Amino acid sequence: MKLKTHAEEAAEFIKDDARTHWHDDTLWHVRSNRDRSAQGIPEWETLRDTASATKDYVLSHIDELLEQFEANAKANGVEVLWAKDGKEHNQHVYRILQENKVKNIVKSKSILTEECGLNHYLEKKGYDVVDTDLGERIIQFAKQTPSHIVLPAIHLKKQDIGDIFHNHIGTKAGASDPNYLTEAARQHLRKKFVQANAAITGVNFGIAETGGFVVCTNEGNADMGTHLADVHIACMGIEKLIPRAADLGVFLRLLARSATGQSITNYSSHFHRPAEGKKLYIILVDNGRTDQLGREDFKNSLKCIRCGACMNTCPIYRRSGGHSYNYTVPGPIGSILSPGRDLKKYSSLPFASTLCGSCSDVCPVKINIHEQLYKWRQVIAENTDMDRSKKLSMKVAGMTFGKPVLYDLAGKVARTALKITPKSLVYSSINVWGRHRDLPEVPKESFKEWYKKNRKQ
Amino acid sequence: MTSKEAILGAIKKNKPAASPLPDLLKFSDETNLIERYEKGLTGNGGKLQVVDTLEELDAFVKENYTNDQLIASLVDEVNGNVDVSKISNPHDLEHVELAILNGELGVSENGAIWMPENNVVHRVLPFIAQHLIIVIREETLLTNMHQAYEKVNVADGGYGVFIAGPSKTADIEQSLVIGAHGPRSLTVFLVKK
Repeated sequence: MKLKTHAEEAAEFIKDDARTHWHDDTLWHVRSNRDRSAQGIPEWETLRDTASATKDYVLSHIDELLEQFEANAKANGVEVLWAKDGKEHNQHVYRILQENKVKNIVKSKSILTEECGLNHYLEKKGYDVVDTDLGERIIQFAKQTPSHIVLPAIHLKKQDIGDIFHNHIGTKAGASDPNYLTEAARQHLRKKFVQANAAITGVNFGIAETGGFVVCTNEGNADMGTHLADVHIACMGIEKLIPRAADLGVFLRLLARSATGQSITNYSSHFHRPAEGKKLYIILVDNGRTDQLGREDFKNSLKCIRCGACMNTCPIYRRSGGHSYNYTVPGPIGSILSPGRDLKKYSSLPFASTLCGSCSDVCPVKINIHEQLYKWRQVIAENTDMDRSKKLSMKVAGMTFGKPVLYDLAGKVARTALKITPKSLVYSSINVWGRHRDLPEVPKESFKEWYKKNRKQ
Repeated sequence: MTSKEAILGAIKKNKPAASPLPDLLKFSDETNLIERYEKGLTGNGGKLQVVDTLEELDAFVKENYTNDQLIASLVDEVNGNVDVSKISNPHDLEHVELAILNGELGVSENGAIWMPENNVVHRVLPFIAQHLIIVIREETLLTNMHQAYEKVNVADGGYGVFIAGPSKTADIEQSLVIGAHGPRSLTVFLVKK
């Protein structure tokens, strides 16, 4: 089945004009909070430089750091497992659940398990996985996927959420008060926490030096889950490592500020050993990361700490919605990560960018996001049968811009053509460009002609 | 070949040339730590009470909570009615109304308090209680997270957490709601020197 392009998916989203504007404004508000927060830290740029350099060290020593992490974690009484891909990750989780005779599972937000399709896999095996982050629970009820990595239900309005809760946990019909809805979810999820035998979490940072890891939440849901259940399974992408515990000073200062503008998440939990009588597992997952490490132009994308700042600032993401990307990590960073997974399937994503560079400007670990998007475009143009009309028009444009005489002539022709072309032709179904744009008013002369006449003495 | 060998093999083949590990950062100390701490804490939804002695905490608890509510206190100056040390199953803490805990140190840039496992006895206690009070001492206040990680050995216990506010969410149309799963309030009692 041919996957829809980003533009086709986005077209669905922007049909609702008011909602598009609301989505845009909401995310811009988050971006503004980020700015205010970053500007309150005089050493902000030093933090970004240090975070980026620390991740350079990690990427160039990741094999040694992983072995160090594993040895320390094992010495702490943690069972460490390795998974080449999502399938193996899911199999590990399933085996652990079976071995421990787990019936009820709670999960806190983990983009990695989303990437591996864990919920779907476990549901097929007969398990009910309860996502406990409020945003994730909402979209789980609605049978959707997260549209944002930090704000999973950002695309939904409170009335939508009221309807979803009415259908699934029996809140009053038509209710949309966030306090009332959150309280209902609290009561519903408390029951799930108390009943759970196993808790699955993601990992924000794995510490090689100590073999421990950090999980950040505002709701405290990771902690409610892990401390009540007998089994904790932590799922960690191998790139989440940092060398030393003290490096957290840099990364925790950057993470929440870049994500939402908060100074820190309300809970930053450090796990090193299972509590008495309990079990702790860590699954180290590759799933394409080592391939990306070998791509000189794109390896920097592995520095990502999943703050979502690039999404909040991206003019395309804000107006097209996360689902239009059709990938677990949407937005600018996802558009770099996804072509590495499947060049054909995600070939339209690197084009879903204005290349304005705002994503790179806000990235706390200084990933050159827009440059990588530009580089993917070249790879895609060379390796896929990209839209023929796009390829041809690029070729013609290249020729025209390369020869001044041809360019001048083209300008003259265009000015005349624009004047005499009937509107029906411009707004025809063949002309994709005309679908959302009006024709500009035609100037009488080119800038060059005007300049010759007026300025050149 | 095991998956571990496969992954490590792929890394050896693909990893870039060695980059140096940057030195740890240090920034100069701030003044007005209490003021800054309060700004950090209230920004996260918490409340600060600056007190001279913990008698004021005791009075606060008596004024706001009744004896038929379950109160778990690990602070010597306040008597609770739940003996946490006698509880073996953390599920038995489900109906605790208020937990009162000692914090290890406070970070003024963001209001966070380091809470090691030893100070909570049961890891779930600061999360499952309906309300939370944490006591910190003025002399433990630090400027930033870098200083905090210099002081704390995170691997000492099995678990430790920076608590910076009550449980909160903004997942419904970005409206801030305090009290998602865990405590509906966090009050920090800061004891002056």
